[in-house]
Amino acid sequence: MYPETDNWIERNRICEPVGGKLMTPGYKLVLGIVAIGIFAIIYRFAAGLGRSTSLSDGYPWGIWIAYDVVTGTAIACGGYAVALLVYIFNKGKYHPLVRPAVLTSALGYSLAGLAVAVDVGRPWNLWKVPLEIWNWNTNSVLLEVGVCIFAYTIVLWLEMSPAILDGWRRGNHEKLRAFAEKRLPFVQKMLLFVIALGVLLPTMHQSSLGGLMVIAGPRLHPLWFTPWLPLYFLITCIGMGYAVVAFETTAAAKFFKRPFDRPFLGLLETLSTVTATGFVIFRIFDVGARGNLAYAFQPTHFAFFFWLEILLFMGPWFLRLLRGRITELQRLLGSGMLVVTAGAIYRFDTFLIAFQPGPGWVYFPSLVEVLITIGLIAAEAAAYIYIVRKFPILMGNPRKTYTQATEVAPA
Amino acid sequence: MGCDRRSFLKGCAVATATAVAAPSALAADDERALPPEAIGLLYDATRCIGCKACVVACKKANDLAPDTHYVGDGLYDAPDGLNEQTKTVIQLYKGDDATSFVKKQCMHCIDPACVNACMIGALKKEADTGLVWWRGERCVGCRYCQVACPFQVPKFEWTKQAPKIVKCELCKHRLADGGQPACTEVCPRQAVVFGKTRDLLADAHARIESNPGLYNPKVYGETELGGTQCLYLAAREMPFENLGFHHSQEEAVPLTQRSVQHGVYQGFVAPAALYVALAFVMFRNRQSIEPTSQSEKE
Repeated sequence: MYPETDNWIERNRICEPVGGKLMTPGYKLVLGIVAIGIFAIIYRFAAGLGRSTSLSDGYPWGIWIAYDVVTGTAIACGGYAVALLVYIFNKGKYHPLVRPAVLTSALGYSLAGLAVAVDVGRPWNLWKVPLEIWNWNTNSVLLEVGVCIFAYTIVLWLEMSPAILDGWRRGNHEKLRAFAEKRLPFVQKMLLFVIALGVLLPTMHQSSLGGLMVIAGPRLHPLWFTPWLPLYFLITCIGMGYAVVAFETTAAAKFFKRPFDRPFLGLLETLSTVTATGFVIFRIFDVGARGNLAYAFQPTHFAFFFWLEILLFMGPWFLRLLRGRITELQRLLGSGMLVVTAGAIYRFDTFLIAFQPGPGWVYFPSLVEVLITIGLIAAEAAAYIYIVRKFPILMGNPRKTYTQATEVAPA
Repeated sequence: MGCDRRSFLKGCAVATATAVAAPSALAADDERALPPEAIGLLYDATRCIGCKACVVACKKANDLAPDTHYVGDGLYDAPDGLNEQTKTVIQLYKGDDATSFVKKQCMHCIDPACVNACMIGALKKEADTGLVWWRGERCVGCRYCQVACPFQVPKFEWTKQAPKIVKCELCKHRLADGGQPACTEVCPRQAVVFGKTRDLLADAHARIESNPGLYNPKVYGETELGGTQCLYLAAREMPFENLGFHHSQEEAVPLTQRSVQHGVYQGFVAPAALYVALAFVMFRNRQSIEPTSQSEKE
């Protein structure tokens, strides 16, 4: 099915721009939501954080952090999870499926960065975090997260650059084609080191995202507090990454009427189920070892959310029981959605539900917060649709013979 | 492929081993000691009459706006807790048979969670005096200090366009002129006094010893959360829990996080090793594929 060659870019000949009309009514709707989000961002800066958000001294972090950054980047871990699978374990066998995964990651991380710029109170000092190295507080987990996410966003776009150059090379624009022809061999050579970074950096910052709440230990509910938080966040982001890619490849294939690779989907589902199950076993064992399992059997909303997470993480097994009654495709899609939801709720719980600022403090996101978050998601979707229509990201027709390299000259 | 997986796992072993070992090895050598010239406050709840002169003086000395949100008509400065206009506050605990005032302000922890959390050192603990203060030019307004502080002291100017972090800095500007914090200067009963933390601690124990019937035998801040430079005395029948001090564990808040973080990132060895391992495995994967693809081409 895939072109057999060690040349990573040649392997992607199977990827083709979707083409077609961009400005469909649906796309205009998405752009409209983006526009509302932009207005909400303008309002946030004009009115200040106090008036535009529900944030307070009790809940200094809201959905911009808990969703856009902590959950959003985990959902954007498809690029990480697939890179781990393809480059480390599978010798590039599933290579044509890397591009859509990396694209979603690049967009997800870029917009998480934007969310941070909206969230912080003094954004004019933000550039100092990655650049004022001499002032770095190496004890700060947030510094590690910030610098790492900043670096990884650049790495993701570098990982994406062959696809962009490839698109230009195949395109009609003379100058861009010449530029792409010239640069592609170099990009291909350095790609190995970039992708290695692209596996290392998420390993570091996705675990550190969990590490962020270790310092809130005294105020974090015992069902969630553990020094193992970094490992939990790492495991869940990998599980979520596979689940997201499974979901996204299928959804994109359906939406753009492209072929998709069902065995690959099955493999992703198995991987996400295995990591999710491993997480649940380790979590229950850890909570028990800390002597906190009793909290899970009290009639509190903490216990409810604890079991909700566990049930959702175990969801793929329930779907396995339904085999025969639902189609295999429905099962794979459902499994992906369950694991992503479970991981998202686990992250929300750790950052908002389990965080106990004491009596008198409540947090429910304001309209502006919600509009900005939805606007950022819409911007991600809009950019994704634009790029897959214009650049060779998604798989083309698999029945085409790719062994005869006649369409394009090898780089 | 089995071979590649093995070499990958081998390469990762270093990183994983450190990561696994980290949380279990709570590093005792990482504990912080009281700075040599540590300064702080001693608040004695048995002396306080709740006159709030300290609150007024603090606002004046630090140029803070009155907090009228509770009263509404703008006549009274009546903060009900620390907030963006209030660096110190007097609160009242009213129980069934005992009441007590309590003064709240930054505790100036020996191992402050806020300083540990701050990305590029906007919050700084002075090496000699141990005073914890904020530097605007380094603050991005991320509010991680607020997430980290177990006493919920740092406050954020939510209503400002250029928000600052507001917290007690022991009237740093007055100390520079040889003065003392405004709150201790005006207190009519010496319920709150300023001094070297070591002297204050000795004083606190002396007060308990000379009048054991009056005092709670514990000096809050002596050991709690790694120790604080501001110390508290309460009445005998008044648990510190009632005064809003919910943490009694002796381990400093940042200790667990530091041991996890340092375990994984010590000298950046583990990440560097992981990177080399990853690049190596990918390089091998790419080479091992070559013969097959070439034979296919032929």
